[in-house]
Amino acid sequence: MMRFPLRINGSVREVDLVPETTLLDALREHAGLTGTKKGCDRGQCGACTVLINGRRMLSCLTLAVMHGGDEVTTIEGLADEAGLHPLQQAFVEHDAFQCGFCTSGQIMSAVGLLAEGRTLDAATIRERMSGNICRCGAYPNIVDAIASVAERSA
Amino acid sequence: MQPFTYRSVDTVAGARAALLEHPDAQMIAGGTTLLDLMKAGVERPGFVIDINRLPLTTIDATSDRIRIGALARNSDVADDATIAREFPVLAQALAAGASGQLRNMATVGGNLLQRTRCPYFRDNVSRCNKRAPGSGCDASDGVNRMHAVLGTSEACIATHPSDMTVALAALDAAIVVMREGGEVRLTLDEFYCLPEATPERETILQRGDVIVAVEIATSAAHRRSLYLKLRDRASYEFALVSVGAALDFGDDATISHARLALGGVATVPWRAHEAERVLDGAAASPELFRRAADAALAGAETTPQNAFKVELAKRAIVRVLSTLAESPS
Repeated sequence: MMRFPLRINGSVREVDLVPETTLLDALREHAGLTGTKKGCDRGQCGACTVLINGRRMLSCLTLAVMHGGDEVTTIEGLADEAGLHPLQQAFVEHDAFQCGFCTSGQIMSAVGLLAEGRTLDAATIRERMSGNICRCGAYPNIVDAIASVAERSA
Repeated sequence: MQPFTYRSVDTVAGARAALLEHPDAQMIAGGTTLLDLMKAGVERPGFVIDINRLPLTTIDATSDRIRIGALARNSDVADDATIAREFPVLAQALAAGASGQLRNMATVGGNLLQRTRCPYFRDNVSRCNKRAPGSGCDASDGVNRMHAVLGTSEACIATHPSDMTVALAALDAAIVVMREGGEVRLTLDEFYCLPEATPERETILQRGDVIVAVEIATSAAHRRSLYLKLRDRASYEFALVSVGAALDFGDDATISHARLALGGVATVPWRAHEAERVLDGAAASPELFRRAADAALAGAETTPQNAFKVELAKRAIVRVLSTLAESPS
């Protein structure tokens, strides 16, 4: 076990790790940030999506020790005192979830997608969000929610 | 995951030294294959060498070629304007692979070395000559609809899952490997080993070798290139059949350069040399493209479940070649 500094949502957290601790387990079990979800834990469902240096990645398929110098953003880091992040607000307004288990991964993936800076029609959103599985099948409303924010920021 | 020792290295020489010092070491870059298989128990390195700090991330163009660093992320290559202009087949193949998150993680070098998706290899229970040499192959009389029809052997019918490598084969890419004495350049045909009796040996890499880059020459044929991927789902799925091709024409409108590669149907990224010989010097026509497709699949060996791939691949080849022949140069 070693003490390891991780920069999460703008502040440095010292967490106890072994080399095989994934970033996902470090966030959930060691930093107490359970907003990031463990679905398949094998890189197939997208529930564990976080931003690493602003880019969306799967926290279940990377080791925490590989990210000492990196900035990790989780769902807990999106809202501020002014209120919800526009994508969080859009997911509420468009009823873009049922059970909610995939939602933090969907939103983090969508934040990463918008930062990638391409024109987003509905077909492109579906293609570029295909790494996030929703077992409730809320896809139409997820696409609507992302499209509404993409239009405003275009 | 079984415990391991972790070390991060800053130089290619440091990575080579660590690999040679620790016989049970594996390198980690994007981690999307390695950690998945470590969780499955299929990969069990005692030592993991993090190479993400090596200076191998850039895409550099010279007068006649482009060198892509082995640690360039799949998304960085797919979204690069020069790559999209000079090698459409490569940008298209990368964009068709995996998901947005995985493309942000996975590297060019790791993509070259990704392991098969054969479920009997990955379940860590079934008989598998690739995972446990000599144990047998449960795929050969199991559920094998996704499996290979070209380059197979008694020992193994697992497909190579990569899209990117199909494009690289169609572009005559060189894989640049650092080994003792300096860089060596290998074609994909030289780099990958057919399974034959030793499916556990997938490439000619030696202990201590580090892939540092991929190099591709720029040319008119490479600008006239295309990737087509056919799969069970519209996105985020491995290929049933994929085709990468590059084509150019001489002054007399006959084909002066033809490269054809197949994915999803073979045990290695598959260059269809026989089809290229049919195309070379001939005048483009639907009949010619069908003859080339027949030649590409002439050696196919099928099971009742995957026999459909032969006709599917032929039609995909005809469609890609027809599209390229009709596209303006």
